[in-house]
Amino acid sequence: MAQKKEGKILGLERETWRNFMGKYGVSVVMVIMIIGIAIYNPSFISGRNIMNVVTQISINGMMAFGMCLCITIGGIDLTVGAQLALVGVIMGQLITNMGLPVIVGILVGVSVATLFGFINGFFIAKFRMFPFVVTLSMQLVIRGVAQVISGGKAITFGEEVKNMYYGKLFGAIPYPIVALVVVFILMYIMFHWTKLGRYILAVGGNANAAVASGVSELKIRIICHTISGFLAGIAAVIMAAKTGSGQSNLGVGYETDAVAASVIGGTSFAGGIATMPGVLIGIFIVGFIYNGINMIGINANWQSIIRGLVIIGTVMLDMAINGKSRK
Amino acid sequence: MKNKDEYIFECEGIYKAFGGTQALADVQLHVKKGEVIALLGENGAGKSTLMKAVIGLHQPDAGTMTFEGKPYSAKGPVDAMKAGISMIHQELNPEPYLTIAESIFLNREDTRGIILNKKKQNERAQKILDQFDFPYPATTVMGKLSLAQMQMVEIIKAVSCDARMIIMDEPTSSLDSEETEHLFATIRDLKSKGVAIIYISHRMDEIFEICDSVAVFRDGTYVGARSMDGVTRDELISMMVGRQVKNVFPKTDCEIGDVVFKVEGLTGKGFSDISFEVRAGEILGLTGLVGSGRSETMRAIFGLDKLDSGKMWLEGKEITIKNPKDAIRQGVCMVNEDRKNYGLCLFRSIRENISLPNLPARQKGLLINQSREKKECEEYSKLLTVKAGSIEHNAYSLSGGNQQKVVIAKWIMANPKVLILDEPTRGVDVGAKSEIHTLMCQFAAKGMAVIMISSELPEVMGMSDRILVYHEGKLNGEVSREEVLSGAATQEVILAKEFGGK
Repeated sequence: MAQKKEGKILGLERETWRNFMGKYGVSVVMVIMIIGIAIYNPSFISGRNIMNVVTQISINGMMAFGMCLCITIGGIDLTVGAQLALVGVIMGQLITNMGLPVIVGILVGVSVATLFGFINGFFIAKFRMFPFVVTLSMQLVIRGVAQVISGGKAITFGEEVKNMYYGKLFGAIPYPIVALVVVFILMYIMFHWTKLGRYILAVGGNANAAVASGVSELKIRIICHTISGFLAGIAAVIMAAKTGSGQSNLGVGYETDAVAASVIGGTSFAGGIATMPGVLIGIFIVGFIYNGINMIGINANWQSIIRGLVIIGTVMLDMAINGKSRK
Repeated sequence: MKNKDEYIFECEGIYKAFGGTQALADVQLHVKKGEVIALLGENGAGKSTLMKAVIGLHQPDAGTMTFEGKPYSAKGPVDAMKAGISMIHQELNPEPYLTIAESIFLNREDTRGIILNKKKQNERAQKILDQFDFPYPATTVMGKLSLAQMQMVEIIKAVSCDARMIIMDEPTSSLDSEETEHLFATIRDLKSKGVAIIYISHRMDEIFEICDSVAVFRDGTYVGARSMDGVTRDELISMMVGRQVKNVFPKTDCEIGDVVFKVEGLTGKGFSDISFEVRAGEILGLTGLVGSGRSETMRAIFGLDKLDSGKMWLEGKEITIKNPKDAIRQGVCMVNEDRKNYGLCLFRSIRENISLPNLPARQKGLLINQSREKKECEEYSKLLTVKAGSIEHNAYSLSGGNQQKVVIAKWIMANPKVLILDEPTRGVDVGAKSEIHTLMCQFAAKGMAVIMISSELPEVMGMSDRILVYHEGKLNGEVSREEVLSGAATQEVILAKEFGGK
C-alpha cells in the first residue's frame, strides 16, 4: 500500500483544491478565452453576438450532453452525426412530402433516433461489444437508412419548421436557447440529483463495484445510449429548422464537436468522472472557438487546426491544474 | 560440514519489504543439483515473494544469491532464464494464436537475416517435443492445447533454454490425476538429467510423493529444511504454524439468537455441497487455503457468480439470489476481498461510495434526498471512524484501512441481516484492523449474522464463534469457540484440516 498522509493540513488542502478546480477549472479557461477574444474584437461580447453563439451551440449542446453520458460509462457514441441526417430526412418525408403535421414528423423522427440509441446500447451492453466499433458501424447503417429514405435528394421545409430555429419565445429568446436551457436543467437534475445519475457515474468509475452494490450495468449502459439517441434526435430537429432542409449528407463529423465539448468539460475517457455544468462550459468553449476565429478574422482554412489544438491545450491544462494523472 | 559444490543454488539473508510490511526477513534457501525441493507454508508465508526475487520480478532489499557457485542476481525473468533459472507460473498466459514452436522460441527466433526461418524453427521445436513424447506437432497453435499441455510446453521451453533450475508454482492446481502423473514423470526425468526443481504446493501428498526435501516458511521467515525421509505430516504442520497472536482480539460474547441464514448443498465453480447455518449475533469464521472455495461460495451466495445448485433460507423463508441487487434487497451484503475492483469507485467521493447501494431507500419522490444522504453518510463514516477531512473527498485519497472502513460503512448503512466479510482486514494497518474487529462485534451484538472469511488463523480463531474449514472446495470440519478457548483446537488442528486432514 502506498503510504498516504492522513490528517495533514497540506494533504487536505491539496484534496480540497483538487475538488474546487475539478469543478471550476474549465470556467477559468472560458473566462480567459472570452477576455482574450473581446480584447481583440469588443463586438464579441455584444448582446447580439452572444445570443447568436448560444443559438448556434444548441445543436452541438444536445449531442454533447448525450455524448457525455456515453463517455462517462467508458464508451462513446459516434452515431450522433448520422442521426442528424436520418431524423432530418424522416421529417422531410413526413412533413413536406406527405403533408403530415409538423409535430408528427418530429415525434416519429425523434423516436427513430431514440430507437437507434437503444439498439447501440443493447449491442454494447448485452454482447459486451466495444462502443467504438458498434457506433462506428451503426453510424454507417443510420446514414444509409437516411440515404434510402431520401433517395439522396434534399427535402426542403416550410416556414413552420424553420420558425423553430429563427422564432423567439416571447419575441425575445430564440427557441433553440429555450431548448438548450430546458435540456440542461433536466440533465443536471438527472445526473446530479437522482440515483440514475449516481449509477451512471458508478458504472463508469468501476463497473464491478457498481454491480456488487446492486446496480444493473446492462440497464445503465442501455439507458445512456438511449438518452444519447433521444438528444441527437432533438438536435436534429433544431438542425432541420436551421438549415431548412433534410438531407442524408448532413451532420458529417458533428460527433467530433460533441466529444470535444464533453472532454473539455472535464468528462474523463477513463470513465466515471463528469459534471453537467462542466459539459455546458465545454459546449460554450467549442462555440467560442468557432465564433472567435471569425471575430479575430483568422482565415477559415485555419479553423480546424485551431480547434484541434485548443481541445488538446484545454484538456492538458485541466489535467495540470487538477492533477488528474492516473496510474 | 556443508559441501559448497553440492548446492546449485543458494541464497542467504534475503530481506524484502513492501511499504511497511516485511514480506521476507532473513530468508535462506539451499537447493542441491538434481533435487526436487518443496516450499511449504501458509498463505502469505513468503514462498512466492522469494521465488519472484529469485527470477528478478522483485529486487531483494538485502541478501546474497549464488547460482552454480557464482554470485547471481536477475533484473527480470529474461535475465534469470539466460542464467539458467526458469519459473512456471501457476496462471499460464499463453498467446493462443502462436504455434508451439513460436512459443518455445519466443524472443529467440531462428532467422535468416531479418526474415524468420520458420522451417528450421519448427524442426528444432519438433526435435525437443519428441524428446518429451509430446502428442502434438510443433505447428499446433497454443489455443488448442489443454492446460496441462500448455504447462508442458512451458517446461519444454525452460529445458530448451538450458534451465538448470526450474521453479514450479502450484503446477498441479488445475491438473487431473492422470495429468499430474505425467507431470511427475517429467519431473523425475528432469531430475535424472541433473535439473533442480523448486516445487511450491499446498498438497501434502504430492510433496511426499515427488520431493526429496522441504523448506518451510512462516510469516516471511525461514523456519528450516528437512529431508523428506523420515519427516511426518504433523511435524511439517507444526513447523508452519506458530505465528504468534500479536494483538489480543476484542471479541465479546454476545447472545446468539435464532438461525438467520441457512444454506444447503450449495454447488458452483470451485465448491460443492456446502451446507451451513449462521445465527443472529454469531460470527462465523470461514478459513481454508486460497482457492479452497471459501470466497467462491460467498460470491455465489451474494449473486456475483452463478450457483449451480443448492438452497438458501433467510429467516426461515427460502430465497433465491440471481444478482447482488437481489441479495442487497433481501438483506445479504458482502464486503469483497478485492476492494479496488469490487469495493469502491476510487475516483468518486466517500459520500457517493457509501450511499451507492442505499439510494433506493433514500428517495424523495424521483430525487435523492440529498440532505438525508449527507447526514447519514457522515454518521456512518463517523461510526466506522473513517479518517478523512470531508466525506466529499475521493476514496482514492484514503489509506487502505480507511478505504476498507468506507466499504464496510456502505454495507452497514444498508442494515443487512447477513453481513459477509471476505478478508476484511487484508492490507489494513494494525490500528484500523483492531477497530474493524471491534465493529464486527458491535454488529453481531445488534443481531446481525456475520460471516467472516480470513486466511489469517489467529484472526479466525480470535474472532469467530464457530469456524468452518474448507479443503479443495468442500467443508472439512468445524471448530467451536469453546474448543479454541480450551486449547483443544490449536492452529495445528485447523491447519491440518485445511490441508485435508481430519
